[in-house]
Amino acid sequence: MAAVQTRSERALNRVAIAAVLVITLLFLAPIYWITSTAFKPRNLATTIPPTVIFEPEISPFVKLFTKRSQLRAAPEPEDYAAAPWWERLVFDGGEKVVRSGRGDVQLSGYPNRFMNSLIVAITSTVLAVGMGTFTAYGFSRFKMKGEADLLFFILSTRMLPPVVVAIPMFLMYRAVGLNDTHWGLIILYTAFNLSFSVWLMKGFIDEIPKEYEEAALVDGYTRLEAFFKIVLPEAATGIAATAVFCFITAWNEYAFALIMTNRRAQTAPPFIPSQVGSGLPDWTVIAAGTFLFLLPVAIFTFLLRNHLLRGMSFGAIRK
Amino acid sequence: MATVVMTSLDSKSRAASRGLSDIKIRNLFIIPTILFLIVFNIFPLIYSLGYSFTDFRASTNAPATFVGLQNYRELLNDPFIWANFAITAKYVIVSVTGQVVVGFGTAMLLNREIPFKGLITTLLLLPMMLSMAVVGLFWKLLYDPSFGIINYALGLGSFEWLANPDMALYAVAITDIWMWSPFVMLLSLAGLSAVPRHLYEAAAIDRAGPFYTFFRITLPLVAPILMIAIIFRTMEAFKTFDLAYILTSQPTTEVISIRLYKMAFQEWQTGRSCALAYIVLIMVLAITNIYVKYLNRVKER
Repeated sequence: MAAVQTRSERALNRVAIAAVLVITLLFLAPIYWITSTAFKPRNLATTIPPTVIFEPEISPFVKLFTKRSQLRAAPEPEDYAAAPWWERLVFDGGEKVVRSGRGDVQLSGYPNRFMNSLIVAITSTVLAVGMGTFTAYGFSRFKMKGEADLLFFILSTRMLPPVVVAIPMFLMYRAVGLNDTHWGLIILYTAFNLSFSVWLMKGFIDEIPKEYEEAALVDGYTRLEAFFKIVLPEAATGIAATAVFCFITAWNEYAFALIMTNRRAQTAPPFIPSQVGSGLPDWTVIAAGTFLFLLPVAIFTFLLRNHLLRGMSFGAIRK
Repeated sequence: MATVVMTSLDSKSRAASRGLSDIKIRNLFIIPTILFLIVFNIFPLIYSLGYSFTDFRASTNAPATFVGLQNYRELLNDPFIWANFAITAKYVIVSVTGQVVVGFGTAMLLNREIPFKGLITTLLLLPMMLSMAVVGLFWKLLYDPSFGIINYALGLGSFEWLANPDMALYAVAITDIWMWSPFVMLLSLAGLSAVPRHLYEAAAIDRAGPFYTFFRITLPLVAPILMIAIIFRTMEAFKTFDLAYILTSQPTTEVISIRLYKMAFQEWQTGRSCALAYIVLIMVLAITNIYVKYLNRVKER
């Protein structure tokens, strides 16, 4: 391309590069703002003009994980002297850490919700990818009547609006006591991700040459042995990519979690917005909670970068 | 040659007879998934179809009374429900159009020799991977009239976004455009990079202008994949719940999913909400059908 580039083309390219840079900065601005707010002292979070340069601190994270009363007065000097470093960070903001009768700092609701998110997302991912891989192999390798219809049926379950499914599920869960339990959410997320996992895994397994298994069958493997010893190792990358997609979907899900859980099994997505009550919310704490919640997904996105196209198009478009 | 085929077939059938038969394995692998989806997706829908013909309220212990098609009749004659559908349609149009313009435009820009293209593309894709509810919440701060960075950057003073009934839906759509333009960009990039280079070279030799090249070569070849992106985003925008629910509580942003949620879980009109859920479901299935047809068409190429 470069050989016959005219001057106007080079100028055009420079304009394009500049435009791409501007767009990238605009797209990353909200994410940067979340990250920077998570490390600001509270009084710098909502200033005009916005504070861009500041000394980062971790007090928002201390506040995120602890329950405190909001005293506007300075703490007692002996309290301050006796406090561990993380409590001092909060004290400096003019707040007092609540201590229980035994003298330890109480945890806030956040770590618990974060754990719930992990439990639900990981378990449902294992189930959806596990079942999905078997089913995808079945569809990929064996002929069957009405295969296209079955695959469409499987895909259509994914397209159902969450609120539509949630109404009868709520009533059924209430009848069997699954409301506000981990298993209740795990079942819903498994069902939601199963269709995705079947479609994506079918694409990955279709790409493994049938001859590999046939050679193994000739060598005396049974079909099941060939599946476990030949197909699964070959499909490892696909399984990992599918699992990461399923994890992210379950991790991010909001509507089901809002409707089906309220305390015990509540995940982070409905919890974080509930921190914004009435009055002035402490945006540094919300930013800290948001930052920790988004971090795993951001890391996964980088690991997945070569599979994003395939995953987001349900395996229909490959590079 | 023939004997080789014979032995391979022979050993295959022997292999099959050693372990489980292929048909047994196929059923073992596929049936549990189908059953799981029937129990947890189809059965609940049958359950709610039943309730949609009753006046059931899940907040009371009163037994459900059969009311026939009354729920459906009343819903379809309710101007407020149609207003919710109109809001949803407006949201779909604004948000999907925005995503196509920004996403396809960015893809056109990226489809050249750009330094750090891989890194930039990945960074641009980040928003769509994040939780709509959690990131959406933070946009409340960005839109804040007194200390939000949007008003500051645009010099809008204390302009109201989310508290302004006329502006709130656009504010939600802008956040949605931010999150999902990357999706359109991702698919468009795949389409653009698949356009054979020799077509552009031929066009250059014929001294075709940039507009001619775009409308006669680029667009027709990218159209099928762009169509997939558009239908998929239309379907998702039609179902939208998280963003609008978190960002605002304006009547002007009450899209159909929010109306459904309120009817079911705040007003506890369970029977009627099941009927509305069915009306929404039929619409979604219609869009899904179009989507799958396009997916298959693109796959076949």
